[in-house]
Amino acid sequence: MAEVTMRVWRGDANGGDFENYTVAQNEGEVVLDVIHRIQATEAPDLACRWNCKAGKCGSCAAEINGKPRLMCMTRMDTLPEGPVTVTPMKTFPIIRDLVTDVSFNFAQAEKVPALLPPPMPENGYVMFQEDVQRGQEFRKCIECFMCQDVCHVIRDHEGNKQHYAGPRFFIRYAELEMHPLDTNDRRDLIREDMGLGYCNITKCCTEVCPEHIKITDNAIIPLKERVVDAHYDPVAWLGRKIRRKTKRSASDAAVQPAP
Amino acid sequence: MTYEHHDYDVLIIGAGGAGLRAAIEAKQRGLKVGIVTKSLLGKAHTVMAEGGMAAAMGNVYPEDNWMVHFRDTMRGGKYLNNYRMAELHAKEAPARVLELEQWGALFDRTKDGKILQRDFGGHRYARLAHVGDRTGLELIRTLQQKVVSMGTDVFMECKILKLVHDDQGKVAGCVAYRRPTGEFITFGAKAIILATGGAGKSWKFTSNSWEGTGDGHAMALWAGAKLIDMECIQFHPTGMVWPLSVRGLLVTEGVRGDGGVLRNSEGKRFMFDYVAPMFRAETAESEEEADKWYDDHTAGRRPPELLPRDEVARAINAEVKAGRGTPHGGVYLDIASRRSAEFIRRRLPSMYHQFMELAGVDITTESMEIGPTCHYIMGGVQVVADTAATAAPGLFAAGEVAGGMHGANRLGGNSLSDLIVFGKRAGAGAAEYIEAGDVAGPMNRDQIDAAVAEALAPFDREAGENPYDIQRDLQEMMQANVGIIRTQSELDYARGQLDTFTERVKNIKVKGGRAYNPGWNLATDLPAMITVCKAVTIGAILRKESRGGHTREDFPGADPEFGKFNFAHSTNGGNWDSEIVTAESPLLPMPEELKALLEEEK
Repeated sequence: MAEVTMRVWRGDANGGDFENYTVAQNEGEVVLDVIHRIQATEAPDLACRWNCKAGKCGSCAAEINGKPRLMCMTRMDTLPEGPVTVTPMKTFPIIRDLVTDVSFNFAQAEKVPALLPPPMPENGYVMFQEDVQRGQEFRKCIECFMCQDVCHVIRDHEGNKQHYAGPRFFIRYAELEMHPLDTNDRRDLIREDMGLGYCNITKCCTEVCPEHIKITDNAIIPLKERVVDAHYDPVAWLGRKIRRKTKRSASDAAVQPAP
Repeated sequence: MTYEHHDYDVLIIGAGGAGLRAAIEAKQRGLKVGIVTKSLLGKAHTVMAEGGMAAAMGNVYPEDNWMVHFRDTMRGGKYLNNYRMAELHAKEAPARVLELEQWGALFDRTKDGKILQRDFGGHRYARLAHVGDRTGLELIRTLQQKVVSMGTDVFMECKILKLVHDDQGKVAGCVAYRRPTGEFITFGAKAIILATGGAGKSWKFTSNSWEGTGDGHAMALWAGAKLIDMECIQFHPTGMVWPLSVRGLLVTEGVRGDGGVLRNSEGKRFMFDYVAPMFRAETAESEEEADKWYDDHTAGRRPPELLPRDEVARAINAEVKAGRGTPHGGVYLDIASRRSAEFIRRRLPSMYHQFMELAGVDITTESMEIGPTCHYIMGGVQVVADTAATAAPGLFAAGEVAGGMHGANRLGGNSLSDLIVFGKRAGAGAAEYIEAGDVAGPMNRDQIDAAVAEALAPFDREAGENPYDIQRDLQEMMQANVGIIRTQSELDYARGQLDTFTERVKNIKVKGGRAYNPGWNLATDLPAMITVCKAVTIGAILRKESRGGHTREDFPGADPEFGKFNFAHSTNGGNWDSEIVTAESPLLPMPEELKALLEEEK
């Protein structure tokens, strides 16, 4: 049985350091298997999040050799020889060891104005595959938040979290804006409060997406065009000057009609 | 000591499909609702469901209706089901699926723009609404987004330790701890809905995540509710067997619904040799006949690969035992030779991805090696079908933690629909219970203090055992002795071992502090795991027959006498190490018109 040395960051909000663990490694194992072996033997209090261990829940995101990855989908035999470094996601505050406080993302989710569909016909809505397909790509998102972690707008500038939703929520907005049933208009919100303009299309988010969602090409760029069209269209601009358009705020729009 | 405390009308434990659907219902009825989950929101086991949710909408086969779905569910469950649950489920599932689209779900479509439905084992018609092979994710995200848009309090990474009564014995709240800080927290509630999911983590080869420890089953039992059918455990026929690190990881039944077949090491499509008499009339006799069926269900009878899960799992087990297994002890699941690469990638994207990345297998060109894996517990908390009420006043249960709906064996696709049908009913049941006014008073302080003291004890011991060692040994013991095929001597051995495990748990030593300490969290899981294992083992000992997810080597046939009741467990004392008392609980008598539905097809 082979052995491997894992350099795992241990600590909390007050600081911490790397600890080395040399443990067994079997054929076909992923990083999470080895982390679990450390927990089961040397360090039962090593904190890490995980749920499905199948790449479906997005709980076990961490930075492996400096790159955001799902620990459950990273095979040990794909990593270079030598010690493997595992650190928590950098963009979020540390709770303990590999566990970070990702509440930023849940706060963003609360700001999203919900789908506003027309009343449902008795036998359900009619939608065609071509129309749902675009949204389906974005709904593959498993909320691992690695795109948020790697996005330099918030990774390098903590203060931007106040006015920047991040790639995960840009695909959520894109999904809603492209939803065949939606009647809500979130364009001003996206431009003014969600900071879409801060994204300068470096595609770091697309690169790390474990679901291979084309975040930049299929969501952010079309969303930018849509927002820009709405805002800089001269006719629309004149219209707004004359009659200030009623803007739906997130909280207004979140109130759904009674079902 | 005082703890952080919150009061709700309805407190929901668990944030999977059932819990979230219950929350929506209770919120819509104007109640103050709190949700507690031991993980982050949106990570519950529901996300792992792949194939779809069964609902007789008739979008693909207009012949389909609730009566056929009811019949399929009862037959799949080997008639051990709570018929009323199966009836409500079959009738209400279509409306529950449709309403998801109001909240943003995007299902795959038929050519005329309706929700597309796919074939699954045991369902007579193509009936599963789905989104590729990630239907569970779609369900949880849709419900999660709806719950968030309604402004619901969600306590994430908060683990409930024990339910607490008032002085009259009604369920009045619970004690929990926040995982990030290790601080205790109490919740008072007029009604509590358990939606805690399953218990499969006590087996070695399992599709369940760390969360499937049966906390809800155990807490309900301790609080005075009853558990039924605990011996009925579903071993999903197609879990990955290689590499070892992903052993148990699920391969959706959709692979077989879309044309995949099972072959042994000789290349033989062996399922034709394992068609039980009950299913012969509607199962194809030859490969030619079976292959016609995929395109037109009226041109041939169903392929035997689509028999209910218990039948397929037993057949695979038998092939491997007869020496016709794969190098890693499974059989082959082959879709590569039967469908185009493009078709496979479009219909089964997650499976393609999963095998490519984890096993280095391209399922568009190679066969998958698969074998049975512990997947689902049919048994659970005994409930009143219409309201989800348990025997403990103030306590409700929905989803996998509830028992009765699936009888002795669950059909694929009936779980996601179970969550939304009975999640909604639990929310309504709790609301009606509160409206009736006779709700619990304040929580009994002694019970709170006892639960906290019990949780902290593993820190205080001078020395003791590592909880991970106990968990590993428990999983190995249950896999070996209370697995897919059971026999008296092994079950007796397991029952004795579980008493030894009880003593070992009382001697756990936890290292480190209270903040986000997985070792401590496991120490708090083990009492529930052992309680559930005891109920499973006792049920398996008593049920001296084979039925659905309970197979006895020493009693290979079904015995009609055992088809008349469930084994119902309660405790003598309400502590985790209290004695479990088991009695026969007769099945609900079925109305004649429903009986007629079952008779027609026999």
